[in-house]
Amino acid sequence: MTTAATTVAGAGPISGAPPASPRVRRPLHGKGGAITLGVVLTYLSVIVLIPLAAVVWRGQADGPGVFWHSITTPEAASTLKLTIVASLIVALVNMVMGTLIAWILVRDRLPGRALFDGLIDLPFALPTIVAGLALLTVYGPDSPIGLNIAYTRFAVVVALLFVTLPFVVRTVQPVLLELDREMEEAAASLGASPATIFFRIILPNIAPAMAAGTALAFARAVSEFGSTVLISGNLPFKTQVASVHIFNQLESDNVTGAAAVATVLLLVSLAMLVSLDLLQRWGARRG
Amino acid sequence: MASPGVLVRPGLRLLVVVYLTLLLMAPVALVFWRTFEHGLGPVIDGLTSPSTLHAIQLTAVVAFYAVIANTIFGVAAAILLVRRQFIGKRVLNALIDLPIAVSPVIVGLALVLVYGRLTGVGKALASIGINIIFSVPGMVMATIFVCIPLVVRAVAPVLEEIGDDQEQAAATLGAGPVQTFLRITLPSIRGALAYGVVLALARSLGEYGAVAVVSGRLVGRTQTVTLLVQERYLNFDPETAYACALLLVVTAVLALVISRALAPKEITR
Amino acid sequence: MSIIVRDVSKNFGDFAALTNVSVDIPTGGLTALLGPSGGGKSTLLRVIAGLEKPDTGLVEIEGREATGLPVQDRGFVFQHYAAFKHLTVRRNVAFGLEIRKRPKAEIARRVDELLELVHLEQFAHRYPSQLSGGQRQRMALARALAVEPAVLLLDEPFGALDAQVRKELRVWLRRLHDQVHVTTVFVTHDQEEAMEVADSIVVMAGGVVRQVGTPDQLYEEPADDFVMSFLGPVTKLKGQLVRPHDLELSVEPRPETVKATVTRVTLLGFEVRVDLEVDGEELWAQVTRGSAEQLGLVEGQTLFVRRSAPVRSAAAVS
Repeated sequence: MTTAATTVAGAGPISGAPPASPRVRRPLHGKGGAITLGVVLTYLSVIVLIPLAAVVWRGQADGPGVFWHSITTPEAASTLKLTIVASLIVALVNMVMGTLIAWILVRDRLPGRALFDGLIDLPFALPTIVAGLALLTVYGPDSPIGLNIAYTRFAVVVALLFVTLPFVVRTVQPVLLELDREMEEAAASLGASPATIFFRIILPNIAPAMAAGTALAFARAVSEFGSTVLISGNLPFKTQVASVHIFNQLESDNVTGAAAVATVLLLVSLAMLVSLDLLQRWGARRG
Repeated sequence: MASPGVLVRPGLRLLVVVYLTLLLMAPVALVFWRTFEHGLGPVIDGLTSPSTLHAIQLTAVVAFYAVIANTIFGVAAAILLVRRQFIGKRVLNALIDLPIAVSPVIVGLALVLVYGRLTGVGKALASIGINIIFSVPGMVMATIFVCIPLVVRAVAPVLEEIGDDQEQAAATLGAGPVQTFLRITLPSIRGALAYGVVLALARSLGEYGAVAVVSGRLVGRTQTVTLLVQERYLNFDPETAYACALLLVVTAVLALVISRALAPKEITR
Repeated sequence: MSIIVRDVSKNFGDFAALTNVSVDIPTGGLTALLGPSGGGKSTLLRVIAGLEKPDTGLVEIEGREATGLPVQDRGFVFQHYAAFKHLTVRRNVAFGLEIRKRPKAEIARRVDELLELVHLEQFAHRYPSQLSGGQRQRMALARALAVEPAVLLLDEPFGALDAQVRKELRVWLRRLHDQVHVTTVFVTHDQEEAMEVADSIVVMAGGVVRQVGTPDQLYEEPADDFVMSFLGPVTKLKGQLVRPHDLELSVEPRPETVKATVTRVTLLGFEVRVDLEVDGEELWAQVTRGSAEQLGLVEGQTLFVRRSAPVRSAAAVS
């Protein structure tokens, strides 16, 4: 698996370290390298690290009791539960549908597949608020097909499915392309049926990519905000996702509450990044 | 070859086509239909109202600064990660991907907590006349945050692939680091860099959540196009909301087309 | 006959890969399909394997029609090994038996036997990525043999290996075949490989069979100029193909000799290559070092040359 193979267009790649190469990398000698590293680290600190640290610090600044209380208020608990459950559903649907779409794009001669292939990245390029508006146009109160799911939990799932669509497709697709077709022919010559070939040859080989794409989709779903704003109606205890909850707490000057729930989401994200890194190693282990 | 059964394949095809149509194509197509439902007039009015024009201009300014900053950072970080060996490299590498997994609202909250008007840093900056939150610098910072991985991840694989033979050859011919970068490295990563820049630009123009938090959403002052879409929709002016949404859809599709044309072959395959 | 191919044709778009090919392959033999690339030999092997369906014609294996039937029970070994990357060597070899749901003990015993046969006992728990090319190919062979196929088909089995390993594996394959006796067909574009390993050779070019025979027959009695030039070095004397080592050189004229000028003398170890010119045409002869010394070969020297063996061409044989 090369770095390019794991790159998710528009979302950055999921690759951990760039692939190990036999080339000897120069150590940081001379002023040039050190200055560059300094600038890069400062930039990351000012924009990313210090602000994120401030969130975690603020979340627990009033003590563990207050932190616990903030994330277990009925509203916070219900919003976290909805976010996690909906994201799990979305991740699973993506794992199946994303793999299937990648399969059709790579192995099937579906007419117009070039168009589908091009459209898959649209959710990455489309602003989330526009995605929400587009979904509301079809599945809202003025639905031209008479299907109104606005302000339901199902709408939350649909919005999350929209924004996470490319992840599994774009991680599995290159692996399927690189997959040695002769492995499948060899299995067939040994008497394997198409189903056996799929489950015993293809699936084990694309599993790391499927898992990585699914993990990314889950991470993205957990942190999604814009696409759910319009179509979910943000009803507390019903359709309010965690990001919207944080937003509302911040608007009503409950900064500690916002920071506490944000800390939980950050921990989930961090766990996902770590497991992605491990998945990468798993995928790389067999050359 | 390994197609499951004779009847399974058409079934799977149908499933994929229906799924993509319902989830992706129908909603986007209907934005077009809804926008032009009452003819061209309301669209032109919506796009030329003073608040829309201001939002477009502000969006462009914010995206411009964010893309410039991330391009410079992205190339520097990619060179460090691919060409140099240093302690903490793996951590740096992981940090660059962090923004993918952070909610845009948390990005906004994080910046408010450090640079807000009630914080030490915010007050100090305000005393010398710099306001970050509820103002353009904060919006630029939020946009930078969400776009950080894009340029790095577009450039790094290409740097890895071209190797450093040419750079070393240039050095043996007497080229300094700056000359080597400008004459050897930059020309060979041109395509990948352009690809990353287009992705970052598209993302910058379309950022919503993080900007929603740090901008304060002041109509006519800190309202970008995405914020305008939401505000107009909620204030019963769907014509303007859809007109602006369509503008963003067209921008996104353009960015997709351009980025696919620019993408290094390995990525599009 | 173990494999019977009758009037098989196969087109890929406009390209005729096989045209009315008929071949009989004897039971228990080791047969080479030899020819230049694009000559149809790999396509024929894939048709025999059932990996390709012929447009017309039929394939019989062990008396049963097998045209276009699934590949099962025809062991196939690929040029690039087609190793199952996610399985260890042991599990690769066991694959065919596992999916046939054979008892575990039987699988273990059979796999042990095969690993021993291909000398991979110590590598049983490695992944294919940890093996060399030659080891991977031996694993692929063991995997194909595990299911006791009626025929064993090898597509350029040594094509991806470097020259040294290739030579070793050739000898090894010959010995393995003497042990296992399964009807084996392998594709190669290397005439030396075919001559050294096979009992019989099917020469293919342009999608048709040019000649079938034992290595000796093909070398000594080539059906046409193509087969002759494909199976060994040739040069041209007065418009007719001849093997360079079948040219007789003398200082004095003899019956049927022609006058030639030496243009270059090259020592190639035990043998000597002599480039000659006859009436403005170039040809070359291969002589032993001893006869080169007897002739006292130098550039510019005038010699007399004739063919030392009967003319070998289609016309002369018939």
